[in-house]
Amino acid sequence: MSAKSIAFRLFILLGVLALILAACKPVPAPTPTTPPPPPAPKKLEIFSWWTTGGEAAGLLKMFDIYNAKFPDVEIINATVAGGAGFEAKVVLKTRMLGGDPPDSFQVHMGRELIDTWVVNDYMEPLDDLFKEEGWDKVFPPGVLEIVSYDGHYWSVPVNIHRANVLWYNTKVFADNGWTPPATFEEFFALAEQMKAKGITPLALGDVGIWASVHLFEVVLAGTLGPEKYNGLWTGETDWGGPEVKQALENMVKMLEYANADHSALSWDQANDLVIQGKAGMTIMGDWVDADNLAKKFADSGWAPPPGTQGVFIALSDTFGLPKGAPHPEQVKEWLRVAGSKEGQEAFNPVKGSICARNDCDAALFGPYLQSAMQDWAKDAIVPSLAHGAAASESWVTYINDVMTVFVTDLDVAKAQAGLLQACKDAEVCK
Amino acid sequence: MRLNWDRIFSILLIVPSVIAIAIFVYGFIGWTGWVSLSNWDGLRPDLSWAGVVNYIKLFSNARFQIDIRNTIVFTLFFLGASMGLGLGLAILLDQGIRGENIFRSLFLFPMSISFIVTGVAWRWLLAPGDPATGRITGINVLLEKLNLPTSRWYTDPTVLYIRPESGLGQTLDLIGLDFLTNPNFGLPLAMFSIVLAATWQMSGFVMAMYLAGLRGISEELREAARIDGASEWNIYRHIILPLLKPITLSVVIVLGHISLKIFDLVAAMSKKGPGFATDVPAYFMFETTFQGDHYSQGASIAIFMLISVSLLIVPYLVYSTRTETKV
Repeated sequence: MSAKSIAFRLFILLGVLALILAACKPVPAPTPTTPPPPPAPKKLEIFSWWTTGGEAAGLLKMFDIYNAKFPDVEIINATVAGGAGFEAKVVLKTRMLGGDPPDSFQVHMGRELIDTWVVNDYMEPLDDLFKEEGWDKVFPPGVLEIVSYDGHYWSVPVNIHRANVLWYNTKVFADNGWTPPATFEEFFALAEQMKAKGITPLALGDVGIWASVHLFEVVLAGTLGPEKYNGLWTGETDWGGPEVKQALENMVKMLEYANADHSALSWDQANDLVIQGKAGMTIMGDWVDADNLAKKFADSGWAPPPGTQGVFIALSDTFGLPKGAPHPEQVKEWLRVAGSKEGQEAFNPVKGSICARNDCDAALFGPYLQSAMQDWAKDAIVPSLAHGAAASESWVTYINDVMTVFVTDLDVAKAQAGLLQACKDAEVCK
Repeated sequence: MRLNWDRIFSILLIVPSVIAIAIFVYGFIGWTGWVSLSNWDGLRPDLSWAGVVNYIKLFSNARFQIDIRNTIVFTLFFLGASMGLGLGLAILLDQGIRGENIFRSLFLFPMSISFIVTGVAWRWLLAPGDPATGRITGINVLLEKLNLPTSRWYTDPTVLYIRPESGLGQTLDLIGLDFLTNPNFGLPLAMFSIVLAATWQMSGFVMAMYLAGLRGISEELREAARIDGASEWNIYRHIILPLLKPITLSVVIVLGHISLKIFDLVAAMSKKGPGFATDVPAYFMFETTFQGDHYSQGASIAIFMLISVSLLIVPYLVYSTRTETKV
């Protein structure tokens, strides 16, 4: 071996060793003689799936309020795009399990918050904050009950959305002398008339299936009524009973009036069909209102879907304080903003939702949201299935799988057996 | 063997990557295998022993049975289509046409795109619209203009299978093969949209492989065959194709492991599809693990996929090691 080649190999070896040593470099232990490190710049990382349109704008408005109070804090806006937050939740779980929690994250009120994060001991209780801010008086009792578990409060709700809204095109309805249907019979009769006119009666966009689960929860609530609907999530209402069967049959009839390409469309593309007058109605949450406003659609009409008059299927986005958050002091101030009248009045009119607090100024909101605020005050509040309030995420995934098959084969008996099994697998039914 | 400078150097240089691979590849495979045999169901890790119960549950899961069918259908048709098309293109390009460089690049370009981009583009192209109300979109517009039948593409929930009541179904019943008369032994039509997109992307790669193989076959062999009076067809049939066998094997390995693990294309294009018509094990694993928190079930799907890819690759490794030692 020549001297040159040995030198060359030594050189490579040293290089590799240097890399290894650099990677293994120990963190120097602080000694009393070294001066304390300068205070880290204050930071606050907020994790959400609010990336588009009004929701992103609303979030930034809350950031502005926060920064006006604490100009020295740098806010890191950690967002992951995707409808209903499915992709964001995957990223969040990986970070939480890996011991790298964000300072505060968006999470749906209800079982998603409780079963996923609170029961598994990933959250800090917020009782002091609720007491200091007097939130136990300004949030409605139903909401307080949903964000608490084991006698403690776990997250701060910033908004309320309604899942059961039937959206239609007032111009098309007026031209044909139609009125929004109040019962399933009226719905099917109207659907026949629409079909005769060459209009798709029901626009559905269920790519990723959640919109079908959403439609199913609305049909369930409309068929069973609020009390029995609530009983489904505690095991008091029988999933194998005749009411659930009736709901599935109603769903089959509805799907027969839906557009054939529903599995290729998203909910907003389905709403486009209503805007263009190609479809008569769509059943979707009240984020459609923000979509309509953004698309400058002035002929939007809304009504409760069949059988759900006086029922408000609610979902809410909340923020909490995870254990091990790097900047807990900043998070507490952030939660104060998120729960404050000022914060909610800035966020909600832009996001297209109503305040979780009951003291927001109605004049700040558009016509749909004002009607939703009135309903919120008097309707029976029930939790949404598709949006994490009614059932644990594990249970919802089982139901998603049942609905994926059901919307194509329309087999009521098979779907009902699947739903009953899902309830058993979730350890709610025996 | 005597330790000399040479050996010490070579061992020292190899050690870091051996350690890294041992931890980050085999260590994590072992970890996943352990999780798949545990009771970890829910967000909190629970590594207590459960045995093979997760696998038993998995194989009796209706969705997973559909996934296995879909993977087999996808693999067969994707490999068949890309290899047929790739070989055809390679043979055509090998005829010494003018502008060969341009065509070669043109056919190879799709490979430089990620499956996500391909998936999104084909999702738009194949968006079917709703012909019942005359609202037609995507490629269907073209088909409609040409008076060809339109298709529901990846939104078609139809599964073609042998009906038990059909003549063939009753014959199968007589000879005890009635389990074949089941949608789980059928062809999901929506899957062919995914096959189309994947073939569009990968057939250029197959072409490049075969073209390299064809260029490696010396002109003398063809000349010799021609002198012996063989027709062009017979030259390809009996001389060239047999000589391309090693290429075919490599192509099957490369495409096969892509298709058994396919995730991104399906996730971008149609997700699980209508009635799981385009669902694949990798997508099921993603949903059940990260959305449903069923970690042990997700791990058992991962191990299943690892084993299915190994069944493809290990015989190849054994074969190629043997050939190398022979030489």
